[in-house]
Parts: sequence; structure tokens; C-alpha cells
Amino acid sequence: MIVILAIIFPFFMAFFVPFLYKRVQSKHIGWFVLLVPLLLFILLASFVPSVAGGAHYTYTVQWIDSFGINFTTNLDGLSMIFGLLITGVGSLVILYSIYYLSEREALGRFYVYLLMFMGAMLGVVFSDNVMVLYVFWELTSISSFLLIAFWYHRKQSRYGAKKSMLITVSGGVAMLAGFLMLHTLTGTFSLREMVGEMGSLDTSDPLFYMAMILILLGAFTKSAQFPFHIWLPDAMEAPTPVSAYLHSATMVKAGIYLVARFTPIFGGEAVWFYSITCVGIFTLFWGSFNAVRQTDLKALLAYSTISQLGLIMSLLGIGSMAVSNSNESNLLIFTAATFAGLFHLINHSTFKGALFMVVGIVDHELGTRDIRRLGGLMSFMPLTFTVALIGSFSMAGLPPFNGFLSKEMFFEAVVQLSQLDLISNGAIRVLIPVVAWVASVFTFIYSMIIVFKTFLGMPQSDRVDKEAHEPPVGMLIAPFVLSFLVVGIFIFPNLVGRFLLTPAMAAVFPMHQGLEGLVPHISAWHGVNPQLLMTVGVIVAGSLMYVSFKRWKRVYAIGPLRWNLDALYNFVLLKTENGSNLLTTRYMTGYLRDYFVYIFAFFIAVAVGGLFWIGNLEIDLSKDAAVTVNEYIIIAVMMLAGLSILFAKSRKTAILLNGVLGYSIAILFVVLRAPDLALTQIVVETVTTVLFLLCFYFLPEWKREDTKRTTKLVNGFIAVAVGSIVTILALMVQGDKLFTSISFYFEDAYRLAGGKNIVNTILGDFRAFDTMLEVVVLFIAGIGVFSLIKLKAKKGEKDIGNQ
Amino acid sequence: MEINDVILKTVTRIVVFIILTFGIELFLSGHHEPGGGFIGGLVLSSAFVLLYLVHDIETVHNGIPFDFKKIAALGAFLAVGSGIVSVLFGTDFLGQGSRGFDLPIFGETEISSVIVFEAGVALTVVGVVVTIILSISEDV
Repeated sequence: MIVILAIIFPFFMAFFVPFLYKRVQSKHIGWFVLLVPLLLFILLASFVPSVAGGAHYTYTVQWIDSFGINFTTNLDGLSMIFGLLITGVGSLVILYSIYYLSEREALGRFYVYLLMFMGAMLGVVFSDNVMVLYVFWELTSISSFLLIAFWYHRKQSRYGAKKSMLITVSGGVAMLAGFLMLHTLTGTFSLREMVGEMGSLDTSDPLFYMAMILILLGAFTKSAQFPFHIWLPDAMEAPTPVSAYLHSATMVKAGIYLVARFTPIFGGEAVWFYSITCVGIFTLFWGSFNAVRQTDLKALLAYSTISQLGLIMSLLGIGSMAVSNSNESNLLIFTAATFAGLFHLINHSTFKGALFMVVGIVDHELGTRDIRRLGGLMSFMPLTFTVALIGSFSMAGLPPFNGFLSKEMFFEAVVQLSQLDLISNGAIRVLIPVVAWVASVFTFIYSMIIVFKTFLGMPQSDRVDKEAHEPPVGMLIAPFVLSFLVVGIFIFPNLVGRFLLTPAMAAVFPMHQGLEGLVPHISAWHGVNPQLLMTVGVIVAGSLMYVSFKRWKRVYAIGPLRWNLDALYNFVLLKTENGSNLLTTRYMTGYLRDYFVYIFAFFIAVAVGGLFWIGNLEIDLSKDAAVTVNEYIIIAVMMLAGLSILFAKSRKTAILLNGVLGYSIAILFVVLRAPDLALTQIVVETVTTVLFLLCFYFLPEWKREDTKRTTKLVNGFIAVAVGSIVTILALMVQGDKLFTSISFYFEDAYRLAGGKNIVNTILGDFRAFDTMLEVVVLFIAGIGVFSLIKLKAKKGEKDIGNQ
Repeated sequence: MEINDVILKTVTRIVVFIILTFGIELFLSGHHEPGGGFIGGLVLSSAFVLLYLVHDIETVHNGIPFDFKKIAALGAFLAVGSGIVSVLFGTDFLGQGSRGFDLPIFGETEISSVIVFEAGVALTVVGVVVTIILSISEDV
């Protein structure tokens, strides 16, 4: 129950922020918002001991029970880690943004989006139902879109926002398809029930692998894995607190969450293992390789995030083999990999969050993040420098910081993997540790770039606009908390292991419950072994390469390395836009008569097709009532009016004749004893005639049109066909009944709905949902007409252009 | 040339009230007799349209200073809101209830919660129709 409230609470507060925004001074609004994640963090933290003791909490609110879609929350070890990250980093980020964002910014909007994201992200990690999870998943994409485009007047922001939205939402849709396939296989939408059915799943079913690949697509796009990583660097257009929060600590980890969550279901399958491990390892390499050449600190951090996500991903990939493995000694190698992945996930959030905040401080105080213009800041900003040092060295995998521990475990995992005979292909077996090591060298280099290029060397005060000095204390609190964690986790890693990672491992590997050594003891020193030698090698090679960076920089100019996925993305987007534009202009001619042709042609196709498909054309007139004289007269008038329109000399005559037609129908309704219809018809006819007379002014001159003979013939044919089809359909109504009549239901209206007017009980009771939506549609249409007319660009005025 | 429309204006003054009363009557009687929110709203809006036709926009606006866009929004809000309120009372979405009263003059009278929903429909119709006609005519 509390978990559901925890998900709803941020949304609820987001709703109130605009009202608060008007009342309080805008710079204070952040403090109110800060309460939300802080409260939630404390709340979640209070569950840590019981979750560590093996408890998990589920709660269900019935939603669409008939489809098995219920709002079920599940708080277990895995979601606990993410929940703590979301609320913990969230609190620090909001605290940081209170000082980071100037009060002239649209702070209300900013916090609304941020709270919306927080709620959505909590929803993703706590949902047990995959459909609910999907909704929250897309909501995180949308709030990320809004936050990236926070400075929407910048063209780059809008570009980055659109790119991230397109990529992550397409991945999300693929994931939805995967979920539906899984539902077909297992018959349930609940994650826990799916996990319960593992083993009994038919893996030979093609749907199984399709579902797996589609869900992986969702995870890879969200977690910026190669080749979908291209959105993350562009997402850096967002304000820095947002980048720290969404694009390094939480949202991009949703893909990792998904992979971990589905490990008990798909784990052990070779496809799952290979695709995650290989994509992860390559992303690790590609991200770190590209990070080194960046000159913008934030872009550097973006590529480094991509690389670190790849690292975590590959560890989870290796760990997934534990699901099907029964050999005890091998099993521990695999579970240790997953353990390392989850551990690194926490570590990454701490050091990368701190680094993002440092970059934000530098940007905020100096007005630039370009390392070519920075240098020598150490003496001006000693405190910021300390944080940067801790964060970077932890990222590089150096002791005494938490990154060292998880990096060593990563090396251990890849080394041991290569010694197993699991992978038959010898090349891949050797390649994985080598690529991992090379990527770590690059990681070391860019970590050094952050520290040394920014804080050491000669100050370049002539190339920056502002005087360098320490930021306000409030801005330093959050990064300092994070760097304390970086050091603290190094000193007490087993505390994290016991309280956070043990229950999480139990959630990822429910089949190995109670296995000895499932949660290894983390120690900083375990003698001289391959992984320590690899770390030493990284330091030596990395230092050498850092010093000689200028000499091998030309590597980046080599042909294949310049192949650009961004260019491909832009090309595809441009072609799609042009293509759809071409297609649309071809049929959207701007002539009403053309649109009528489409509508009626479609109607003919559907009606004739339908009639043929049913194949039962029976016209039975025997049950029809006799036609009275009155009705003959009215019909004659209508026919006369209809025919006269064709020969009308002026538009006014035509409009009036059209009115005659409409009113005659109303009279016909009276004769046929349908007062409701008659009333409605009369009023509608009146109002539309007024409208028609208003539009009169805008219509072109009434004249004979010189259209081609063929066009005339086609139009004539369509007109006659539509008329005949409607006549035939009307005559058939009384004939053969294909369905049982539903009117008996309405005849019982007074008892069921308490109204004697059957029409209105249908409108207001039986089909009230339709009516409600019609009302909403009508309202939208009204607003649409109003805004189209009032807000259209005046002649000579330009559209609001790009900046 | 100024068109002499004294007769039209005088007749309108009386007729508008008849139409308005008729519209409200239609709206209220809809539960058991022909009528209801949609048709009531249409009749009401035709009364407003008549006013706008006979007098100019500004004169009418001084007399009835409503923003018809807001009326439409209020209507849509009522229609959707009444559905949500019924959920809060533990019935289905858009579920309705009714109860009878014994009023002094009118005798046995019944009030149904569907009236809120119907009012939403009527207000939306009035708001949208008048908004559309006004914006098109102001565009000339």
C-alpha cells in the first residue's frame, strides 16, 4: 500500500507545484519539492532491514481485472536498490538545482517535470504488471523529453529531445510487443507469475526468442547501448542537474533494471547471454574510446556514462548464465558477475552523479565546459577539485574508492569467463577480456582528462568570461555527500553487500535461494592475481597514453572510426520527413471536393465490400409500414429541392434549397413520430444555415467549373453509387437480421436507468461513456476552430523561427 | 446604408426569451419527455446566435459578458467530472442515481444525478457553437 502511495505522491505533488509557484517566491519552491524525494527516501530506507531479511511486499489495486491488468506493486531487493537511487539521488539533485538554476528560469515547469519523472521511474521499478510497467516506462521517456527540451528556445535542445524521444519510445514500443508475446506464452502480465512459470516455458516457440529480442531492444535503447547510444550525448542539452539525475543515475539504468528483472525468465539462453554480453562489452569500449576525444566536459561524461552502462550490462549478461547452470563452481562465477554488475550500478550512480555536479559547478561559475578553455582551477576551487578527484579516480578504478572494488570484480568476471569452456569460439573467449581491458585503459585516460585538464595546468583566465571561485555552499553539499559515499562504500563495501545486494541477488536468482556464496565477500585486497595485474596494467598504459595523447590523436581521423551513426540518424529522419511530406501534399490538395471523393470512395468500398462479404442481400418489404399520403408529399418536396440545387443559379439559392431539404426531413420525423429527432434536426438545420451564411463570405465565386470529362464521370458515378448504396442499406434494415436486436435492452430503460425517455437514457446512462467522449471531442473541435482562426500567422508575420 | 430592422429587433427581444425558456424546459424535461442536454444546449445556443445576428457582437457582449470558450470548458469538465465523482461514491464510472422529493407546489418531483452530466453536455454545446460562430464572423 505504501509503495503505491510512494508512486502516486510525486505525481500528486507535481499537480500542486503550479499552484505553489504562484504563491511562494520562485527560488524557494525547490525546498518544497525537495521534501518529496527526501520523505520517500526515508520511507524506503525504513524497509531496508526487513527486505534484507528476505521479505517482499506486494499490493494490488484492481484496475482492468478482466484483462489481467492490475496495478500491482512489488517491493523486493532489486526494486529497493533502484528506489533508493531514485529518491536518494533525486533529493541531492533537487538540492543542487535549487542553487544551480537561476530564479528567472521557469522553475515551476522544471519541478513539475522532475516530479513527474520521479513518479514514473518509481512506477517502473515497483510495478509488477508489465503493462503498468510499460506505461510508466514511456512516461519516463516523455518526462525526459520535456526536461531535455527545458530550454526549448535552443535548437540543439529540441533536436536532442526529439532524438531521445524517438529512440527510446521506439524501443519502448518494441518492448510492449515483447510483453504481449510473453503474455501469449505465459498467460499472465504479472512479472512474479512469469518468473514462477520459468522452466515450464516452451523455448522452442519462435515467440519466445522474438519476445526476448524485443524486450532487449527496449532495454538497449533506454540504457543507450550501441548502436542506440547516439541519443545520450545529445540529451546533454538538458540542464546539468537533469543530466546527473536522468541521464546518468536513474533513467538510463531502467534498461539494466529490465535486464536484471527478466534474467530469471530468459537467463541461461545462449541468445540472451551473447547479445547482452557482446553488446555490453562493445558499448563499454566504444563509449570510452569516444569519450577521450571529447572537448566538452558534459559530452565526455555522456560517453563515459554510455561506456559504464555497457560495463554493467555485460556483467549482467555474463551473470545470466547462472540461471541454467548446475555446476556449482561455475555457478558462482556467474552469480559473482551479476553481483558485480549490481554493485557497480550503485557505485556508478555515486561517482558519476558527483562528477556531473562538478561539471555543472564549473559551467555555472565559469560559463564554459570546454576543456580547451579550462585549466588551473585547483587553486580557485579546492573543494570542487576534491570532489572531481574522488569521482574521477573512482571511475578510473583506483583505490581507495568504490570504483576500484567493482572494477576488480569486473576483471575477475571476464577473466574467469574466458577460462571456461562455455564459449566454444576461441577468438571471442580471448577477445572479451582484451576488449574489456582496452576499454578500461580509455576509461582511465578520460578520467584523468577530467581532473588534470580542468583543474591542473595553467589557468586560462583570458579565455573564460568569468572569474573562477567556489560556488555557493549549497551547491557543494550534494556532490560532497556523493563523494563521501564513494569513499564510504570502499571502506564498508559489505554493508552494501548485506543490506542492498543480498536481497537484490535473491530477486534476480530466485532459483538459487540460499545458495552458499551467492553474495561474495567484497575485499579490497585479495593478493596478487590477474585482476590486480590488469588494474596495474591499466594505470601504466593509461598514464603513458595520456601523456602521449597528442601523438596518437590522429587515430580518430581514420576512416571507419569516423563513420557516424548520428549522420545516419539525421539522414533517415530527413528522408522520412521528405517522403511523408511528398505523400501528404499529393493527396491533401486543399479542395473540399477532393476530400469528398476520398470519403465517399472509401464509403463505397467498405459498404460494397461488406455486402459482398456477408453475401446475403435480402430485401424484405413485407414487414414495412404502409407509406401515407403525407409522407409522399414530403418526399416529393425533398426530391424537388434536391434536384433544384443542381440547377441553382446562385449560391444563396443553393443554401436555401439545402435548408428546405433539411427542414423537410425534420417534418418527416414529426410525421414518423420521432419528436427528439425532429427537434434536433430543426435546431441543427438553423444553426448550420447561419454558419453557412457566415462562411459565404469566404467562398469563391459560384460559377460553372470546367472539369475534365473523366473527372465528371467519376464524380457522377460516385454520387450515384453512394445514393444507391444508402437506399439499398435502408431497405435491407428490416430484412434479414444478422445480429439479434439490442433494442429490447433499451425498452427496459425505466427500470434500468430510471428514465422514461429512452433516447436520453441511452445518451446519459447506457452509452454515457460515448457521450462523454463526444462532449470532449466537441470541445476540442471548438478550441481547434478558435485557435486556427485566431492564432493563424498574419500576412507578413513569420513563424517563430529557430534560434 | 443602415438597414431598418426595428421589427426584427423588437420581435427578437421577445422571441429570445421564449427560445431560452424553451431550451431550459427541454433540458429539464429530458429525463422522461423528449429533450435533454444536447438538444437543450442547441436551442439555447440558437437563441444566442439570433441575438448576435440581430445586434452586433459588442452590444451582445456587454449584455452577456460570458467567455463562451470557458463555458465550453466548464461543460466538458462537468461531463467528465461527474463520471469521476460517481467513482468516488463507489459506483461505476459515470454511474448515476436518482431520488424523489415531495415539493410543496410541484408535488412529487424527482431529481437525478444525471442532470450534472446533462448540464455538462448542454454547456459544451452552447459554448462550442457560439465560439465557432463568433470566431468565424470576427474573422471577416
